[in-house]
Amino acid sequence: MGIEGEDGHVAEVRAEMVANVWKVVTVEGEQVSADATLVILESMKMEIPVLAEQPGTVTKLAVAEGDVVQEGDLIAIVE
Amino acid sequence: MIESLLVANRGEIARRVLATARRMGIRTVAVYSEADADLPFAREADEAVLIGPPPPARSYLDQAAILDAARGTGAQAIHPGYGFLSENAGFARQAEAAGLIWVGPPPAAIEQMGDKISARNMMAAAGVPVAAGTPEPVTDAASAVAAAAVIGYPVMVKAAAGGGGIGMSAAADDAELRAAFETARSRAERFFASPDILLERYVTAARHVEVQILGLASGRVLALGERDCSVQRRHQKVAEETPSPGVTPELRGRLQAAAARAGQVVGYRGAGTVEFLLDVDSGEVMFLEMNTRLQVEHPITELVTGIDLVEQQLRIAAGADVSFQPEDVQYRGHALELRVYAEDPRRFLPSPGTITEWAEPAGPGIRVDAGYAAGNQVTPFYDPLLAKLCVHGTDRDQALRRARDAVASFRIAGLKTNLPFHADLLDSGVFSGGDYDTSVVSRLRP
Repeated sequence: MGIEGEDGHVAEVRAEMVANVWKVVTVEGEQVSADATLVILESMKMEIPVLAEQPGTVTKLAVAEGDVVQEGDLIAIVE
Repeated sequence: MIESLLVANRGEIARRVLATARRMGIRTVAVYSEADADLPFAREADEAVLIGPPPPARSYLDQAAILDAARGTGAQAIHPGYGFLSENAGFARQAEAAGLIWVGPPPAAIEQMGDKISARNMMAAAGVPVAAGTPEPVTDAASAVAAAAVIGYPVMVKAAAGGGGIGMSAAADDAELRAAFETARSRAERFFASPDILLERYVTAARHVEVQILGLASGRVLALGERDCSVQRRHQKVAEETPSPGVTPELRGRLQAAAARAGQVVGYRGAGTVEFLLDVDSGEVMFLEMNTRLQVEHPITELVTGIDLVEQQLRIAAGADVSFQPEDVQYRGHALELRVYAEDPRRFLPSPGTITEWAEPAGPGIRVDAGYAAGNQVTPFYDPLLAKLCVHGTDRDQALRRARDAVASFRIAGLKTNLPFHADLLDSGVFSGGDYDTSVVSRLRP
C-alpha cells in the first residue's frame, strides 16, 4: 500500500480502497521502521493495517480516527 | 398468524425475509440506514423507515431506533435476520416487553448459546460431544499457556462471545499462543464487548458440518439435514453444500441426533443451526456452537427439502404448526451456495464501489438471493456479501455443472468480486472430488 516518492526518499502512503479509519497508530514526527503499522483501516468488517514501506520520519499524517478515506487518498508521508 | 412484520436487517437477508412475508400476505416494514436507501430491500417493503446514519452502531444496532420504527409503523412482529441484533438476548427481551412477537428462539436460549464457554459446558453435560477445551474463561496469556499444556498443541483461540471468525486463530506453540491470545483479547473487547477467551483443541484436518434445526411450537426439535461449510477464508464461509460429501448415512444419524438433543437442552424454538467439527482422520464429531437464528446458508436446505424456513419461523413465532409433516420430509438432490463477496478474488481484500452492471444467472435449479442491483453503491460499513448464488441439481455432478455455468454468466461490474475464485473452486479437483477440508481455500490460494 503506498506510492514511492520520485526521489526514493519520500513515500506517500495512500489508501488502497474506500475504508473507515479505525485506529491511528503513529504520530507526526515519529521515526518508523519499514513495515511499521501507521494506521488501521476498517472496511467491510475487516481490519486492514496500513504499513510504512520504508524506514523514516512521519512528516505528515493526513487522517484522523473516524475519517472515511477514498481509494487513492493520502494517509501519511514518510521521508 | 402474524399480520405485519418489521425486518431489522439489511441487504440480501432483509430482502429474502420480506419476500416470504409478502407471499404469506403479511404487511412488511423495512428499516434502513442512510447508506442503504437505494437498496432493493428498502424499496420493496410496504413501508421503509430511516433509522440512522451508516455506521451499524447508529442504525442496525440502534435498539431504540428499531423499536421506535416498530411502534411508529404498528408492526406486530420483528425478524432480526442474521448478524446485527439477531443474537442479542437483551434486544429480544426488549422487543417482547414492547409487545412485539420476536421471530427467534426464547431470549434465554440465545443467552445460553451466546457464550461459547457456557454452551460447550452445557452440551458436554447433556452428552453432546465437544472438543477438549477450557471450561472457564482464560484471563491471561500465562493461564492460556498452562491450559494448552493440558489440551495439547495445536490449539484454537476464540472469543467466548465471538462470531464470524473475528479474533480467532490457531497456535502451535507457546509463543504463537501468547500472540494469538492478545489478538483474540483485543478483538473480543472491541467487537463483542466481552474479554472472555476460550481455548479448544485444534483439529488439523477438519470439515465444518452443521445441522439445521427447527424447534416446533409443541416443543419438539426437528433436525433437517446437514450443510458442509468447510470452504472458508479467514474462518468465514465462502461456499456451502448439502448433503456433505464427507458425511455417511451413519454419521448423519449421529449428527442429527446430537443437534436435536442440543436444541432440546435449551428449549429451542424456531430455526437454528448446530455447528460441528468433523475430524477427517478419526471420524470424531465435536460440537462447536449453536447459532440461534436463521443461517446465511439456509437456502441450500430449502432447495433440497422444498421447505421455506422463513415461513416456518413466522409460523412457529405465532404459535402455529409448520406447513409440512415432520415425518414426510424428503431430501432431493444436491445443493450448493456460493457467496458472492465484494472482494478481490486473489487476496480477498474488501472492494467497495458502485455497481455499474448486474446481471444474474437464471435457469433450472438456479436461485439468487441478492442484496444489490445495478446502480447501487456498496459501502465499507457492512459485510461484503453481495449475493448468494444457490444451485440445485438431481445429484452433485449436475449441481456442479449448473454452478459452473451460473458463475460464468453472472455479470457484476464496477467493483471486484470473488466470482473468479468460485470458478477456480468449482474447477479444482479437490473441491469437485468432494474430498476436501477447511484448508481448501488456502490450497487454492497459497
